[in-house]
Amino acid sequence: MIIANNINKKFGRLKALDNVSVSCNKGECIALIGPNGSGKTTFIKAILGMVLCDSGFITFNGKNILHDWEYRSKIGYMPQIGRYPDNMSIGQLMVMMKDIRKPKNIQLDEELVNKFELDKLYDKRMRTLSGGTRQKVSASLAFLFNPEVLILDEPTAGLDPVAAEILKEKIIAEKAKGKLVLITSHILSELDDLVSQVIYLQDGKLIFHKKIEALREDTGQEKLSKAIATVMLKGR
Amino acid sequence: MVKIFKYVIIDILRNKIILAYTVFLLVLSLSIFNLEDSSAKGILSLLNIVLIIVPMVSILFATIYIYNSAEFLELLVSQPLKRKTIWLSMFGGLAFSLVTAFLVGVGIPVLLYEASSAGIMLITSGVLLTVIFVAIALLAGVKIRDKARGIGTVILLWLYFSLLFDGIVLFILFQFADYPLEKLMVGITTLNPIGLSRILVLLKMDISAMMGYTGAIFKDFFGTTIGMIISLLVLLLWIVLPGWLSVRKFNHKDL
Repeated sequence: MIIANNINKKFGRLKALDNVSVSCNKGECIALIGPNGSGKTTFIKAILGMVLCDSGFITFNGKNILHDWEYRSKIGYMPQIGRYPDNMSIGQLMVMMKDIRKPKNIQLDEELVNKFELDKLYDKRMRTLSGGTRQKVSASLAFLFNPEVLILDEPTAGLDPVAAEILKEKIIAEKAKGKLVLITSHILSELDDLVSQVIYLQDGKLIFHKKIEALREDTGQEKLSKAIATVMLKGR
Repeated sequence: MVKIFKYVIIDILRNKIILAYTVFLLVLSLSIFNLEDSSAKGILSLLNIVLIIVPMVSILFATIYIYNSAEFLELLVSQPLKRKTIWLSMFGGLAFSLVTAFLVGVGIPVLLYEASSAGIMLITSGVLLTVIFVAIALLAGVKIRDKARGIGTVILLWLYFSLLFDGIVLFILFQFADYPLEKLMVGITTLNPIGLSRILVLLKMDISAMMGYTGAIFKDFFGTTIGMIISLLVLLLWIVLPGWLSVRKFNHKDL
């Protein structure tokens, strides 16, 4: 579904992505893991077309994303830090997003909006929101349009345990529907029961892309956190 | 396109600066027309104020607005929208609201008191100047990442266009006073939209007679229909060129 082919991206002298090639298919739940500054967010932004690659290309359903923009209607994106227009209220933001994406014959998925009880906060301005509430808004927007692909950048960072559990259940439910889920997180323990594959990035290079079973076998560790720790230590 | 445009307009109206700008222009033009004994003189006083204030407010407001919309732009770029659409809606929204403010604040009083060809020319050039300086602001806003540097740059640009440029031209004129520079001066004026607008309005007012030989040359060129059309096209070019460059730059920007 999403294929990245030898993509490179430099920010000044820093190589954020170094010859990364990955292919992601439907029904998979892929964890993007790597130390801070390893290029995870850059990779995600490259898929979304927010960052333009220096070389290489990315295809979405076989079409190069470079001159395409409609493919983004099939993606739900939850950014690491949700930044929204300050003087808009949650309600106005929701109305605007629905208006912009104008889902034709797509059932809106308002499960998260209801479960997070955002409708009670509809009049609150975005600048007055706490980090956690902002994350709730980001998550609700990502799932709202029933997209085929979900890209979640640190989804549970800043969420309280109850909200994090709601979000995790939602991710599992969407994965079961055969959607592609890309997820980055530093809390590896919560990825255990979510992901089916792992992409490991370091210094912008793709170190491996493996099924989680294969990773467990290679490292001899049952838990993802221990398995990754083994890989990181070996890499040093 | 229309949708994003609508949301930009709503957002601009929500901060009341545009409204204050409209009221300020309105009070200014009405008081000038009521103070001067002839409304033709009123046009002249208004011209000098419009040429300073309109570019300044347009370029500063547009630049600060662009920087403050960084979040909004980031949100929109991750949605199924063309980047060109997003950027042109931004441009359209800013230009539309500032032009409306100018038309209400200066356009209506001018039409009420002095609807002569000079008055019409003042309104036209004010509208064009507004859009030109919004376009320049957009170019600066997309080229320069740092907010303080961006705003500093546009302040310098405004100083350059409204003060420095005339100084440089005067300097050249005095240094090369022995040479026939009149034709060259016509070319040089096209490099500054503010100067060009000033000449276009002044030539409609018959005081160009006081501008000496250069004034006669200007009248020869700018006074004719063709000269007028060419200068209006040059002003349009001042909109299209920075606007087009900023769209190109925004298409390749990492957000």
